[in-house]
Amino acid sequence: MKLPVKMTINGQTTSHEVEPRLLLVHYIRENVGLTGTHVGCDTSQCGACTILMNGQAVKACNLFAVQADGASIQTIEGLAKNGELHPIQQGFWEKHGLQCGFCTPGMIMAACQLLERYPTPTEEQIRHQLEGNLCRCTGYHNIVKAIQWAAETMAAKK
Amino acid sequence: MATVAEDRLFGKSIKRREDPRFITGRGQYVDDVKLPGMTYAAFVRSPHPHAVIKGIDASAARQVPGVIAVYTGEDVKVGGLPCGWMLPDIKVPPRPALASGKVRYVGEPVAIVVAESVYAAKDGAEAVRVDYQPLKATVNPKSAHDKGAPKLFDDIPDNQCFYWTIGDKAATEAAFKSAATVVRQPLVNQRLIPNAMEPRACVASFSPAMGDLTLWVTSQNPHVHRLLMAAFILGIPETKMRVIAPDVGGGFGSKIFVYNEEVVACWASKTLGRPVKWTAERRESFMNDAHGRDHVTEAEMAFDRDGKITGLRVKTHAALGAYLSTFAPLIPSFLYGPLLSGVYKIPVIFCEVWGMLTTTAPVDAYRGAGRPEATYLVERLMDRAADQLGVDPTELRRRNFIPKFTDGTPYQTPVAFAYDSGDYEPALRRALQMAGYDALRKEQELGRKQGRLIGIGVTTYIEACGPAPSAVAGSLGAGAGLWESGQVRVHPTGAVSVYTGSHSHGQGHETTFAQLVADELGIPMEQIDIVHGDTAQIPFGMGTYGSRSACVGGSAIFRSLEKVKEKGRKIAAHLLEAGEQDLVFEKGAWSVKGAPGKSKAWGEVALMAYLAHNIPQGMEPGLEATSFYDPTNFTFPFGAHVAVVEIDPDTGHVKILRYVAVDDVGRVINPMIVDGMVHGGIAQGVGQALWEHGIYGEDGQLVTGSMMDYALPKADQLPMYETDRTVTPSPVNPLGVKGAGETGTIASTPTIVNAVIDALSGQGVTHLDMPLTAEKVWKAAAASRK
Repeated sequence: MKLPVKMTINGQTTSHEVEPRLLLVHYIRENVGLTGTHVGCDTSQCGACTILMNGQAVKACNLFAVQADGASIQTIEGLAKNGELHPIQQGFWEKHGLQCGFCTPGMIMAACQLLERYPTPTEEQIRHQLEGNLCRCTGYHNIVKAIQWAAETMAAKK
Repeated sequence: MATVAEDRLFGKSIKRREDPRFITGRGQYVDDVKLPGMTYAAFVRSPHPHAVIKGIDASAARQVPGVIAVYTGEDVKVGGLPCGWMLPDIKVPPRPALASGKVRYVGEPVAIVVAESVYAAKDGAEAVRVDYQPLKATVNPKSAHDKGAPKLFDDIPDNQCFYWTIGDKAATEAAFKSAATVVRQPLVNQRLIPNAMEPRACVASFSPAMGDLTLWVTSQNPHVHRLLMAAFILGIPETKMRVIAPDVGGGFGSKIFVYNEEVVACWASKTLGRPVKWTAERRESFMNDAHGRDHVTEAEMAFDRDGKITGLRVKTHAALGAYLSTFAPLIPSFLYGPLLSGVYKIPVIFCEVWGMLTTTAPVDAYRGAGRPEATYLVERLMDRAADQLGVDPTELRRRNFIPKFTDGTPYQTPVAFAYDSGDYEPALRRALQMAGYDALRKEQELGRKQGRLIGIGVTTYIEACGPAPSAVAGSLGAGAGLWESGQVRVHPTGAVSVYTGSHSHGQGHETTFAQLVADELGIPMEQIDIVHGDTAQIPFGMGTYGSRSACVGGSAIFRSLEKVKEKGRKIAAHLLEAGEQDLVFEKGAWSVKGAPGKSKAWGEVALMAYLAHNIPQGMEPGLEATSFYDPTNFTFPFGAHVAVVEIDPDTGHVKILRYVAVDDVGRVINPMIVDGMVHGGIAQGVGQALWEHGIYGEDGQLVTGSMMDYALPKADQLPMYETDRTVTPSPVNPLGVKGAGETGTIASTPTIVNAVIDALSGQGVTHLDMPLTAEKVWKAAAASRK
């Protein structure tokens, strides 16, 4: 049995017939072909698959594609606008907030929601909010710095 | 035409050139590869730690919609997975690509299902019925040695794969007989599970038309993969196999090795004539990626009346797992015993290691690989000794430091290594100064009176990087040379492609190697391309592990840069009608000394090398060079780390208040990148000290088989790290670099444990085995309150 799904991903409408058990992250990666959203675990610990669904940071491995029917999705590929990096992306580059890059899309998408909740976050708030995203390379030090850089840059732009 | 770079880039924190693709989601990892006609593989894995396979029924699986084929060990006709390091009298058990007759650990692949989709493949795998006759498990390297322990292989008595020693037994025994003080400590260095964030994956694509096999694989060393698979397993010419390791999401050792899945995927692709993709689920990574550490050790250190070390004696049972992974025997032998001298003058050492088979996943190199085990042992003993002798732990270390040796004369330890250079006291002094050690001790004392459990831990460590002189490696059992290749191809415009046998899976080589090239040739980084991870493009290379990329791989590139400059100089001299000795090369141009107007830019010389209209008579056209750099020694980074922790007496929770790291990794190409590696290394070492533990139950089941059960460090558990460096250039290589990938992991584990034990010292606790979970710490503290 297949079910129709239709959603907006990074401003573009997509529709497919999918198995009800198809995970949203596999839909995004395989059916839509956006491979920036990664799969790092099978128990929803690592956060590499974090995307924004209707503005909320969610783990795309924790939803079926059919649950996202009608939703508006943003992935890492949709974050830069007109070739200009989002301040969070820029912050990760400036502050060396990544090494192997595998956790990075999920980290950046989680940071989007983090900075919406806490536009001027403390270090403790940043660390707490990233509790659902694992990184094995950076020891988190420069990820914290990257998000602090982004917060300052976004505040200065307002 | 190539233009001129402004400043020297060596030593500058240049932002990484690879980052734009990663921060925009455009990295290309193996699982992102999609080919026409792709099929997908799932593996049937053993649920038993040890069992006889009585039969496999795949008939139902073959009926699952979308399933194309099911193959078992009977079908897959390939050679076994080889072991690449031999020790004297080692017994090497056969390691089939798919289990044959018996399974020997939970997760061992038994069959492959190939289907039109991943979901169909997994449905098929669930439908395969395997009839097992379970046997008893043996998971602990010490008890696997006991008489009566279940045997993994009939022809390997006592599960003992090897017995290995280093050092002088008689002299060490004599030292202990005449010792004023002996410190003894049994230690467990627990099993760890690497967990690079990107799970292992492969895409095997055999072209029936050309007879070529292309394998995309998560590898730290694509050429090693190709050689082992083509020559030893698949039995095809290397020329018919191309291995591509594209963007790889972390390795930490676990992606060095050749694994079952990529072998079987290659065979299946050839058999089916279609590409086969397999990507590990995380639970499969836990079960089948090579694990790390897992030592059970008894260690003793002897001291004279002045608190000087007179001897060290070590007995270690090291788990190797059910089969020998690619470099498994090397890790608990030559990467362990030779590190036991640390940064200390120890006259005699004797170390015995029993390499043991256990019904567990294979154990091989994991970040640090042998060196963390040695360093943990030495540094725990130093703290135990300081306690026993009533001396401050920093004072005891100072008293035993090898005196400064930076004049090019190596320091010969009693365990084979000759350290290249060292000056240990300044690093310790700097770390203590940054931490404010004396004030911390006062704060600790004051805190104790208020019931606070504050601990200060110190470690001074040695690390051996850049393996290794090939002849030495060969004499010690290596099945490979350990040089590195670096090819510099100058294009007619003067732009440069560099082909390196090193592989970056997070290390940032596209940036650091380009910094080297820009400096040497005086051209901007935009005109330099660093190519890695593809056997079809790059001369044979050995890959990245053991913190060898800068010191071995970088040196190979440096040699090739010298060669193209040498040829360029000849062409420039010819064009300028000057003697070669009268030319200076500065800012990307050769000019005649004393006649600054007469010059030829790098790009002009490169163009002429290819036009060849006017080059010295007899010279071949073109401008490129290949070097195979074989190091003359390891390099030996060192440093001092200090941690301050506080224990919550009610819960046992350990909070890291401060972490200070002063490392000496020689000259530093990109400080930002080195700091980043130090940070990440510290986090992994802290993970071992406090949380991580790969546990097999006595029944042989992997209890910590997911990220829900295996505690990887999280952002809210770690502090900001305070880092600094001393710089003692390595005399071994032309760059003066040493290696920075593993120092943090090596040093931070004993630093944190020393700090926690220090916090509990008022409670009479002298040692706890890792990980120092809240439960374990609370119990230890509570026991003393009784």
